[in-house]
Amino acid sequence: MKKRIEDLTVTQNRRLGEGFFVINASSSQGLPDILPGQFVQVLVTDSPATFLRRPLSVHDVDMSTGTISLLVQIAGAGTERLSRLNPGEKINIIYPLGNSFTLPLKGERVLLVGGGCGMAPLLYLGRKIREAGIEPAFALGFRNRSRILDHDELTKLGEVFLATEDGSEGYRGFVTDLPQFRDKDWDRVYCCGPEPMMKAVAAACLRRGIFCEVSLENLMACGIGVCLCCIVPTTSGNLCSCTDGPVFNIRDLKWQISG
Amino acid sequence: MADLRIKIGTLEFRNPVMTASGTFGYGSEFDDFFDVSALGGIIVKGTTLESREGNPYPRMAETPAGMLNSVGLQNKGIDYFEKNIYPRIRQYDTHIIVNVNGNTVEDYTELSRRLNALDAIPAIELNISCPNVKKGGMIFGTNPAAAREVIAAVRQAYSRTLIVKLSPNVTDITEFARISEGEGADSVSLINTLVGMAIDVRAMKPRLAAITGGLSGPAIRPVALRMVWQAAKAVSIPVIGMGGIMNADDALEFIMAGATAVQVGTASFIEPLAALDVVKGIDSSLDSRGFASVSDVTGIINR
Repeated sequence: MKKRIEDLTVTQNRRLGEGFFVINASSSQGLPDILPGQFVQVLVTDSPATFLRRPLSVHDVDMSTGTISLLVQIAGAGTERLSRLNPGEKINIIYPLGNSFTLPLKGERVLLVGGGCGMAPLLYLGRKIREAGIEPAFALGFRNRSRILDHDELTKLGEVFLATEDGSEGYRGFVTDLPQFRDKDWDRVYCCGPEPMMKAVAAACLRRGIFCEVSLENLMACGIGVCLCCIVPTTSGNLCSCTDGPVFNIRDLKWQISG
Repeated sequence: MADLRIKIGTLEFRNPVMTASGTFGYGSEFDDFFDVSALGGIIVKGTTLESREGNPYPRMAETPAGMLNSVGLQNKGIDYFEKNIYPRIRQYDTHIIVNVNGNTVEDYTELSRRLNALDAIPAIELNISCPNVKKGGMIFGTNPAAAREVIAAVRQAYSRTLIVKLSPNVTDITEFARISEGEGADSVSLINTLVGMAIDVRAMKPRLAAITGGLSGPAIRPVALRMVWQAAKAVSIPVIGMGGIMNADDALEFIMAGATAVQVGTASFIEPLAALDVVKGIDSSLDSRGFASVSDVTGIINR
């Protein structure tokens, strides 16, 4: 798939929760094919403290309007600047980057697990899974009620199970404690979120022999496989998260987890 | 169209803009964005005899107007390069130059000998300035006797154009430029990254797993420019300048200070077209000011 550098036009910037935004931006020439799990590198302008582009997961894609959605968590000056983008402003992005999730086969039971900003790639993945004729379920974990992100779009695609660490909404505990995660025989689990959460999900899946892919959010400079900064130790050596990932099968990762 | 051609040793380049090692992969990573044959040259990723995994993650920290990296020469080694990369990149119509690294003088000479046999590699860049490896690298580039020994040995082993990449982490850059010239190098390139570090105050931990790393980007440009200016006055072999070049004016600063050519590095991470834009920008800048060739402004501040 050919990568592009392109100026997109911001069409909407919507607050999703405390410190979280969804930016919609459209391409005047139409979008290239984008796979679920891929990401973009966004140039941040008018932010003197920001030197590098910011890698952001593709949250959603609407081919009919040529619109891509990016979920942004304010983590520093660069993402803070992005959160203040207004409709009509241009953003320069390099895309589509990285590999993608492996789509499930007909009849498989599929769970998409996310926490916080890790919800970012799950919407588009869920949409693609739904298009393939499978109804996905979602398990979302948040610290507490006030940190829950708007997930109406996910609800349209499949059942959503919520867990909060303090029990202020949904099940009390981590996503891995959810009965719907623990007790059901899932064929595939896809996960994106904070590393401790992904490792807990990966350990449970390894133990139960469930196919599991995770999407990593490593620090990176270039996003196109030349700086070698975003490496991930795998059974095939150090691989670039930006070109060999960001999606990895947990069996290929050298995570210190036991099944 | 100004005449942008330059010469390093006996080797002619179509323009003075190359890409810095470790910032442009093997060139093919940029095929989607532009025809890399439009560049003067491509210095490919630092290569060693053996395959190396490099340093642990995290290897990168963004800093004011720049970044630190501690990659540590991750590469698949010369055998892999010869078999899998060389056949693919040799058809580029530009100079493919390999950045050569090792732990010992013998490593450097053996690798140089191997590269001497590859007819589509017209030059090597001897890296005696990598700050991110425990053995070799910068040790050769910061000790005059060690520098002299490794350059002399590689000069014996390598018959084509030899560029020596210098470390800025020294008291007097001109000493190492003179040693390179004295031992028969055709050119010196500078600067490699400056050793630096950063700490995550909230986590109370270094931001790089290796603790220290190499600083690059516009933050280092004034230092780089000063060193290039000093080196260019100290030697008569061509100097290749680099350090935080983001656009054509930045490149022209180095050229006006005395650099025959430049390398664009970290800029390619942010703008994949940066090196191409520098070529075009130098051309239009010279044209608009009535200079017929790039050599008309080379070292102009020293005249």
